[in-house]
Amino acid sequence: MFTSTPYALYQCLPALAADTDWPRLVSGYRHMTLIRTFDKKAVNLQRTGKLGTYASCLGAEAIGTAGGMALHDDDYFVPYYRDHATQYLRGVPLHQILQYWGGDERGNAFPSDTAAARDLPNCVPIATQLPQAAGIATKAKLGREHAAVLATCGDGATSRGDFYETLNVAGVWQLPLVVVVNNNQWAISVPQHLQTASKSIAHKAEAAGIEGLRVDGNDLPALLDVLDYALDKARHGKGATLIEAVSYRLSDHTTADDASRYRKASELHAAWQREPVARLRQALVDADHWDAAREKQWLADCQQQVDAAVDTYLNQPPQAPTDMLDFLYAELPDSLKPQRAALAQQAGGRHA
Amino acid sequence: MHSAQQHPGNSQPLNLLEAINRALLYAMEDDDKVVVFGEDIATNGGVFRATEGLKERFGFRRVMDTPLAENLIAGLAVGMASQGLKPVAEIQFMGFIYATLEQLISHAARLRNRTRGRLGCPLVIRAPFGGGIHAPEHHSESTEALFAHIPGLRVVIPSSSARAYGLLRAAIDCPDPVLFLEPKRLYRLQRLPVELDSDPLPLDRCFTLRAGEDVSLISWGAMIHETLAAADRLAEDGIKAEVIDVATLNPLDRDTLVATASKTGRVVIVHEAPFTGGFGAEIAATLASDALMHLLAPIERVTGHDCPMPDFAMEPQYMPSVERIVAAARRTLEY
Repeated sequence: MFTSTPYALYQCLPALAADTDWPRLVSGYRHMTLIRTFDKKAVNLQRTGKLGTYASCLGAEAIGTAGGMALHDDDYFVPYYRDHATQYLRGVPLHQILQYWGGDERGNAFPSDTAAARDLPNCVPIATQLPQAAGIATKAKLGREHAAVLATCGDGATSRGDFYETLNVAGVWQLPLVVVVNNNQWAISVPQHLQTASKSIAHKAEAAGIEGLRVDGNDLPALLDVLDYALDKARHGKGATLIEAVSYRLSDHTTADDASRYRKASELHAAWQREPVARLRQALVDADHWDAAREKQWLADCQQQVDAAVDTYLNQPPQAPTDMLDFLYAELPDSLKPQRAALAQQAGGRHA
Repeated sequence: MHSAQQHPGNSQPLNLLEAINRALLYAMEDDDKVVVFGEDIATNGGVFRATEGLKERFGFRRVMDTPLAENLIAGLAVGMASQGLKPVAEIQFMGFIYATLEQLISHAARLRNRTRGRLGCPLVIRAPFGGGIHAPEHHSESTEALFAHIPGLRVVIPSSSARAYGLLRAAIDCPDPVLFLEPKRLYRLQRLPVELDSDPLPLDRCFTLRAGEDVSLISWGAMIHETLAAADRLAEDGIKAEVIDVATLNPLDRDTLVATASKTGRVVIVHEAPFTGGFGAEIAATLASDALMHLLAPIERVTGHDCPMPDFAMEPQYMPSVERIVAAARRTLEY
């Protein structure tokens, strides 16, 4: 059972307790593997011109998976842009995640029959999603929903005013909000020590009067413990939590970045020794809950699922050009009708 | 949809501030999704008292004093609106609104579009704006053109008690994000009858305040009063001015503007904001293309100067005056 110790790095792996919820961890391992397979494919699609600039989640699989598993359907998820695992677990189909990174807004039209239907879409302007998450948490609190809001951001985001403003109001209003910082050590090329002089990112909770926790971001059972605790606390009206999940960005910032320009190969190599997927696999194998045969079968299943998603993605019909105006207002204003007519004509001409 | 309850005393004499207050009150009565928040708006009732009495009536759960952070206020509104609440947030003065720009541009105005209709953003940001009340530095700006350039964001400016009431009711009902700019010089200027059971006013239409054939005077906000006074002055010389209150800058009612320019052939656009890149330029460009063959004189713009809003000692020299508007109208007539 998790007991909170502010700012101390919480870990479970490799020594898992006997009363571990093994089926949950096996399930989490499967999700992490699927997302890693997906991620690799997405990078390849970008390299071959079939996807736009893509933000890889390599090294963030445990954080994203834990978020998706710990959330209840009637909670809310407010992502940044490296949360493919959580989005998938909330019900966003993989092909729709590709569609978003393929430059198509329809990727954000999450299916209405999933938990994701209420979630905010990816947020590219850093940390700006956090005050929105506070707004959603306010709504949940006012409506006595007993629901929690999980918001994510990177370590760079913790330098922004949005971050501090959000923690501050979450403290004053006792909001049902959990902010998870994926501290992957790098904000594009700027390392942690140039981002903050704070002892840790979790310490930034102190000034806001909310709880600050640190957890190993490469440790799925630890993440699940901390998130279960913080989300449950939020749902029961006991206030907000800042969670610093310490990980390492094993990928470039995005496919448009070349991290070899600013970080040492030796550092990256060392980080691979702690990566979340292999660590969990080892723990499961050691405890006799996973083996090579299951691994082989599951990886083949993952590849199949990802290939199917890619196929669906690549076969989406194009959007109507008029879509760029048709969803802007609830109802198209008269003043936009000439522009819409011009777009429609342009589109008609191209197909003629 | 708007479901107006019957409120006692259909017609009440209200100043613009009281009209805002009643619009908030009745919107909150009619729809429990409406929540109001901002700095000093709950216990204090707002620094201008626009939200006076709301906390007492609806309680702190729906009327909230926020920490002092405008970006946060806008972000809270976006989050709430994305989940179906109808947040009405106050920014205390337009001079402090710029911290909300990122939330408005990158989120509020594009949420519906970028989710292809999955999530809407029915928020209202209210802010007093404009000069003329001898306020301190940064309390008198009118930077509406910055916001009118944001696709997806409605920019609405009332110029009378009745339009303040009708437009704010409409703004709160509206499924789109609305920036509602209140000309604070008019807040307590005069009490005029307001029909509290009237239908909400349209958020994409100009209002023709006075019909005339000789020259079109186009304005919005507090400047409507100088513009109407200029029309009176011109009438003394038998010149019939048509006065248009633009009211909603975005989406712009180009049809009404083109129609008045086509009718009179002479146009004077009046705004407090600086000349260059002011919203008058957008109107002038529209008329120069869509009413070109009807124009009998170059389009005149009577505006503030291309400088920061001066501190109040020089406000009178900065603000467009009745004399400047009349002189511009005469230039179009003598061209």
